[in-house]
Amino acid sequence: MSEAAPSSNEAQRTAPQSVLVGALAGMKNAIFPAVAATFGTGLSGWGIYIGLGIGLLIVVVGGLSTYISWRRLTYTIGAADIRVESGVLSRAARSVPYERIQDVSLEQKLIPRLLGLVAVKFETGAGGGEDLSLTYLTEDAGEELRQLVRERRDAADEAIPSVSEGDPAAATRTPEPDGEPIFAMGPGRLFTFGLFEFSLAVFAVLAGLAQYADGFVEIGDAIDMAGGWFSDRGEEVAALSMSVQVLSALAGLLAVFVVGSATGMIRVFTREWGFLLERTARGFRRRRGLFTKTDVVMPIHRVQALTIGTRLIRYRFGWHSLKFVSLAQDAGSSNHVVAPFARMDEIRTVVETAGFHLPDDNAEWHRASEAYRTDSMIIDSLFFVIAAAVAGTILAFTAPDWALPIALILIGLAVFSAGTALYSWQFKRHSLDDTQIMARAGIMSPSSQIATRTKLHSAEVAQGPIARWRGYATLNLGLAGGEFSIPGIPLKRAREVRRKVLETIAATDFSELENA
Amino acid sequence: MENTAAVTTDPAPSNAVDDEAELIELHPNYKTALRVRATLTAIPFVIGALVLEGALQGESPLPFGVIVGVIVFIALIFIVRLPARRYAARGYQISADRLRVVRGILWRSDTVVPFGRVQHIDVDQGPLDRFFDIATLTLHTAGNHNASVHLPGLGHELATEMREEIRAHIKRESM
Repeated sequence: MSEAAPSSNEAQRTAPQSVLVGALAGMKNAIFPAVAATFGTGLSGWGIYIGLGIGLLIVVVGGLSTYISWRRLTYTIGAADIRVESGVLSRAARSVPYERIQDVSLEQKLIPRLLGLVAVKFETGAGGGEDLSLTYLTEDAGEELRQLVRERRDAADEAIPSVSEGDPAAATRTPEPDGEPIFAMGPGRLFTFGLFEFSLAVFAVLAGLAQYADGFVEIGDAIDMAGGWFSDRGEEVAALSMSVQVLSALAGLLAVFVVGSATGMIRVFTREWGFLLERTARGFRRRRGLFTKTDVVMPIHRVQALTIGTRLIRYRFGWHSLKFVSLAQDAGSSNHVVAPFARMDEIRTVVETAGFHLPDDNAEWHRASEAYRTDSMIIDSLFFVIAAAVAGTILAFTAPDWALPIALILIGLAVFSAGTALYSWQFKRHSLDDTQIMARAGIMSPSSQIATRTKLHSAEVAQGPIARWRGYATLNLGLAGGEFSIPGIPLKRAREVRRKVLETIAATDFSELENA
Repeated sequence: MENTAAVTTDPAPSNAVDDEAELIELHPNYKTALRVRATLTAIPFVIGALVLEGALQGESPLPFGVIVGVIVFIALIFIVRLPARRYAARGYQISADRLRVVRGILWRSDTVVPFGRVQHIDVDQGPLDRFFDIATLTLHTAGNHNASVHLPGLGHELATEMREEIRAHIKRESM
């Protein structure tokens, strides 16, 4: 095989600075054991030295092992695949053919970013996080590798294996040209977004810390003391005028609100800073992040479906989010959010750029069956009804005073869940048009899923015993990188949708999908 | 339901699979294979029950033979009744461009896989399957749901024939 680029066909190591990143991470790991050892051995004299010694040992061992694994990890950019060999005692070699690489993404966390390094991730669509990643390369090497893999993959895709070999143009590959921006979020938008990302998670963390630190600073005692102080001055507090009490309660609420908003704000700003979604020649390119910068390219033909979501409050103000379901999806992560916080018309632009369309006003919506509504009301409330019966009976013997109120509360919950099931049925609907299938659900904050009919892989009509008795079914559609199911539709409709969808699927072969 | 008039028992030439049509039954040996498998699974339980019965003899309030009787009764249900019902519940239809697989006694599942979406195909035979000359045909798709659709209990020859037929539809294999 001739060489395509100077960096080809020989085993290479990742950037030497990676060792430094590993060592720094090791230092972070060493802090806690060192502190623990210091306190564990008692603060008298030797404790601090033992702690320091243990910390140092961990840093040295960590740094050394990072260095050895760096020495032992090599990657080869071959003619047909990328190979990574690693392992100190046991050797592992993984080979990924170019045509299986769905995409290459670059990620920069804070420390690597300071050192000018990137993590290069090769997404193969393999399940369970079994993807290939190289940590870390220099920024230039990362960008070059990404370009190279793309060219090689295109060559493999087009089944012209010799296209980039010995091609001098390949060596002078140009960086990705800037595309046409289709969605961006400035600081103003981020600020609004931050307001809606109100989060009380920080209080949970603080509470956890307080518990954890209990032994050290005796917060529990402090609280007891404060409690004692208040109970001693109970009359004084009660004597304070009503308005002061109300004011202090309001101040407390305000503090909670400010802290919660600040948490959301910080999270939004660090994650979404400089959010830019562009339409490039190859597809969508998304860049975002303040400390951890990510740069992800999503080829347009790999977008399988869209998910439009929202939340309770932001929905009232007309804000939505848009996510791609893509073949190269890292399951579970919010990796393919392309518009986290946008107006519907902005979403419409992105959706149309991706080759989809939003349902128009005269779309024919179908609801779930009424039998399904009744059954889900019964099933949802059954738990509380049984709980009420059991608790009521037991309490009637043990504590008769409590039997009625408890049973009433549980019955109330049962009624509530039945009501929720009834209400949510109103919002469960689906629609099928010439090219797409759409499903919508959600009571207070509707979310929709839109999939292209041709990009589905199978169709299943599933029925449990109750569903068979009552004549409805769940339609499960095979979607690459995601789930698409429509529950509780009448059997006849389920079969009709399946038949129509299959007509479309069968008309195109999988290998033609790429160009579709 | 409404188009019972259009029922055809021979779906092969048509493109679409007919939801109302009779399913093609699996190989009769499949029922026997299921029974043998159930029997093999039941043996340890029956032995366990016998041992328990022997150990508890004289000390148990139950009359002699009750534990063994119950276990044998359950085993008989699993050996005689369930394979027959499972066999009756399963079936498939194959047309020019898609395969329909139906299974499940209580939880029915009715899956259609178009050949154009098949990634790769397996024909598997366990030792028992080989003895009965049957095989499991598995179609793998790229979808998360129904990533692999199994059709057990086909005659081995039929399974390989079906594989070849489906493979002919896949223009670029394993992509």
